[in-house]
Amino acid sequence: MKYSYFPGCSLEKNADAYDKSTRAIAEPLGIELVEIEDWNCCGATEYLALNQTAAYSLIARNLAQAAKNEDVTELTAPCSACYLNLRKADKYLGMKNGLADRVSQALAAGGLSYKSGTLHVRHLLDVIYQDVGLDRLSEQTIRPLYGLKVAPYYGCMIVRPAFGNGSQDPQNPTSLDRVLEALGAQVVDYPVKADCCGGHMTQISEDSGFELIRRLIKAAADAEADAIVTLCPMCQLNLDGFQSAMNRHFDTSYHVPVLYFTQVIGLAMGMTPSSLGIGQEIVSAVDALAKIGSEPPPEPPQPTRRKRGDKSLPMPTARVEA
Amino acid sequence: MHRTTSNNVFMEQVISAVPGGAALRTCLQCGTCGGSCPSAGDMDHTPRALFAMIDAGMRDEVLKSNTPWYCVSCYMCAARCPKEIPITDIMYTLKQMAVKEGLYDDSTAPDFSKTFIGWVEDYGRSFELGLMGVHMIRHNPFGAFKLADMGIGLVMKGRMAFTPTRIKGIDGLKKILAKAKQLEAQA
Repeated sequence: MKYSYFPGCSLEKNADAYDKSTRAIAEPLGIELVEIEDWNCCGATEYLALNQTAAYSLIARNLAQAAKNEDVTELTAPCSACYLNLRKADKYLGMKNGLADRVSQALAAGGLSYKSGTLHVRHLLDVIYQDVGLDRLSEQTIRPLYGLKVAPYYGCMIVRPAFGNGSQDPQNPTSLDRVLEALGAQVVDYPVKADCCGGHMTQISEDSGFELIRRLIKAAADAEADAIVTLCPMCQLNLDGFQSAMNRHFDTSYHVPVLYFTQVIGLAMGMTPSSLGIGQEIVSAVDALAKIGSEPPPEPPQPTRRKRGDKSLPMPTARVEA
Repeated sequence: MHRTTSNNVFMEQVISAVPGGAALRTCLQCGTCGGSCPSAGDMDHTPRALFAMIDAGMRDEVLKSNTPWYCVSCYMCAARCPKEIPITDIMYTLKQMAVKEGLYDDSTAPDFSKTFIGWVEDYGRSFELGLMGVHMIRHNPFGAFKLADMGIGLVMKGRMAFTPTRIKGIDGLKKILAKAKQLEAQA
């Protein structure tokens, strides 16, 4: 399986661990990543606040660069903001509106062109969940993550807007839960899994930004998660990098490490923490990772059958995996 | 409340700028957007109220509002809107209009966007250290002091670049963006 790979600016440095772990697990999972030649910043959520045509032209240059490679029609981005921008640009450029025409003309000024629909833009989680599949993940798990309790955190931009092609519920996604379960980890109930980390709000208004971070960290701590597992560099930076500042702001003392799902997959595949960039997180994950293997594998769920004469109300039971 | 045309120039302007924006005419004023918004408490008008103001043609009040600038782009409102109004994209358009007309008087958020994009326009890639440094010195020098330990942490962990990366095709990108800005100004 071959994919055009758009790492994005965060993965160059701040989320270097995400890039490293993505590349490390790609080959054993049968994913071939072809980095887009001379890609540029997607503009995050900032350019759209200033200039619509310039914002979509900036994004579309990446689509045009990727489309030069005609053999590869799938494009994947590990960053949620990059993914959504590329996906939105591809969609809007196919709509009949002035924007599509203006972006085409702007691209032409740089000697480039892109036709909407040429590429299929997907988030890395979707590639791993759908194309690699849970069976293959389980097969490759040589060091199951038994004993590790994780809070699956999706954030916003991978699940919303769904654009009608979502395999995910826009408010209650489950693919990351399934992936983590396939690795043997214990997935805690995390009702805020698709809530917002605040994006750039820490830089605009500390009160607003830190409050959104606090809600996410508190929910994970309340669920007794050893770590939050995320799939977005902005979410990771907010929850990990700003955790101590948030603690100071609210006079709390949370300590919840935040890992990328690719790092967790790599651990289960038996890779060393350092080869996955583990150790680059600000809130140390050492204690959390020490729990791996501390508990025996969970017993397979027993089929439930009501006893004769049982008058109790039927209550929900754990989902039975086939 | 469904209208197919109106004499409201401001509303038509907003609608024409947003792909799928015509749905704004069908707003039911149900308030699901504000109820779903993680930062509604910080906004001076909820999205619902803002759409009523757009409908009433209150151009200046809408463009002076802090609402678009507190939008965190989480798309929860858009996912839940029963009329499928692209609310987040409308917020982006309102930001663009407010910047163009200089109506929003707190420059923190617009300046953050401008500083971020300044690096991108010059280099083709974003530059976190430059962004945070420039922004904090201008808008939150005390905050920079408070966050110094985080900055040091990121540096120690090898997560902070000291120089921006320039893409090879920066000249081509500059041509694309110059043309785009010219077209946007005419639109």
